[in-house]
Amino acid sequence: MMLDNLLAPLRHLGHSSINAIWKLGMMSRFLLAILAHSGQSLLRFQLTIREVYFAGVLSLIIIVVSGLFVGMVLGLQGYNTLSRFGSADALGALVALSLLRELGPVLAALLFASRSGSAMTAEIGLMKATEQLEAMSVMAVDPVARVVAPRFWAGVISMPILAALFNVMGIFGGYLVGVVMIGLDEGTFWSQMQNNVDLHSDVINGLIKSLFFGIAVTLIAVFEGFDATPTAAGVSSATTRTVVTSALVILALDFVLTAFMF
Amino acid sequence: MQNDSFIEFKHVSFGYGDRLILQDISLKIGRGQLVAIMGGSGSGKTTLLRLISGQIRAQQGQVLVDGRDVGRMNQRELYQHRRRMGMLFQFGALFTDLPVFDNVAFPIREHTSLSPAMVRDLVLMKLHAVGLRGTESLMPAELSGGMSRRIALARAIALDPQIMLYDEPFTGLDPISLATIALLIKKLSDALGTSAVMVTHDVHKSLEIVDYVYFIAGGKIAAAGTPDEVRASDSPWVHQFIHGEADGPVHFAYPAQQSLAGSFGLEGA
Repeated sequence: MMLDNLLAPLRHLGHSSINAIWKLGMMSRFLLAILAHSGQSLLRFQLTIREVYFAGVLSLIIIVVSGLFVGMVLGLQGYNTLSRFGSADALGALVALSLLRELGPVLAALLFASRSGSAMTAEIGLMKATEQLEAMSVMAVDPVARVVAPRFWAGVISMPILAALFNVMGIFGGYLVGVVMIGLDEGTFWSQMQNNVDLHSDVINGLIKSLFFGIAVTLIAVFEGFDATPTAAGVSSATTRTVVTSALVILALDFVLTAFMF
Repeated sequence: MQNDSFIEFKHVSFGYGDRLILQDISLKIGRGQLVAIMGGSGSGKTTLLRLISGQIRAQQGQVLVDGRDVGRMNQRELYQHRRRMGMLFQFGALFTDLPVFDNVAFPIREHTSLSPAMVRDLVLMKLHAVGLRGTESLMPAELSGGMSRRIALARAIALDPQIMLYDEPFTGLDPISLATIALLIKKLSDALGTSAVMVTHDVHKSLEIVDYVYFIAGGKIAAAGTPDEVRASDSPWVHQFIHGEADGPVHFAYPAQQSLAGSFGLEGA
């Protein structure tokens, strides 16, 4: 009895580790199933377009507004710090580099996970809870091909575009603060940016990051929805898991990708 | 009818873990017959439907549909089997993101390459068959329970199935909607000549429309017969079930480990 009590935490740890590995395996198999059933979402592309509208287009407001404010904050903070070293001229480069390399992809992905990822999980989870997925399968239509794959591809397509828009709005925000508000020289602002930003190592690498984030977030979202316990409580906890897991995975992936890229 | 069976269960057993849901079930459903499976909640009726549609596989025995064992079909054969089958779910299971028209058109669009004009005609015909032409632009959330069940029925018959499965089609409906659904099920079975299995615990309505009844209790077939035979049955179990008596061969109280006095700590006091 005593030994049992002592071993309980260890057993719990082992149990949750095995569960986590099990789930990772399930998710990998799920990704393979999605890829194998992607023919329809590419051939009948309007299915995917519809989901791009829900996942991408409807996220525009939050991405555009957040991007603008992040850029404006970067402008203020950057100007404060740079002017202490007498290099306020480099503000354009600072804003652009921080956005393109880090903040754009990461923040856009976090916003995308909480706006669209959670919606995907809730929608698929509720479809499961109300027997819609089962009805589809009984009608000889594979729910992975018809429901999951179009959403997955929509997420993968939308994410880099949203990140790019976030960057554009952020840079515009930095310009508003630096040039319009503070009164830095406009020519210097842009030319500093142009000289210091490299298409390949900064812009493209940032987009590659957001592509990885898009795959990770959407896969987590559709998997959690498909795997949800078909009850109100089950769908709600699956939605929470999507947002939490996505956030952790985005930040961890960001570290790994940055280590490889820069 | 017994010789020309379209759906046949041969000594089928199924369970989750140690809990057996169906034990050694054997039954036959003839071509073009409408058969009801009745039993209390949790008696394994829905499991029986899921075995026919191949959503689950029998652990023992065979489920034969048109001579082929559903449990041995691979994914592709299973999907072919399901194309000849329509299923009405307990609460309709309409796609909530699509309007009525697209819901009914769904199986047609997925499995055929008919022109939009043809799809439209077919959908309107099916909606007309359930008496709901004119609702095609409504969303499922705007329909009443009875209406969505009828739309789901229109969707289930969209491809003129050879087999229809009804999962508790009468649950939660007002008497008028219930009578409408029952009439539609009977009419469609007769008109399309489908073999239909209806899982239900609504005794009186079902006995009016079906050709044959199986009663399931405790995972086994407790009784079977035509509606007239069932009404005349002297089995105490059937009597309790069709007259809805609270106590009888099926006890009112769930079997408890302890006596009532024991639960209150009064035993031996």
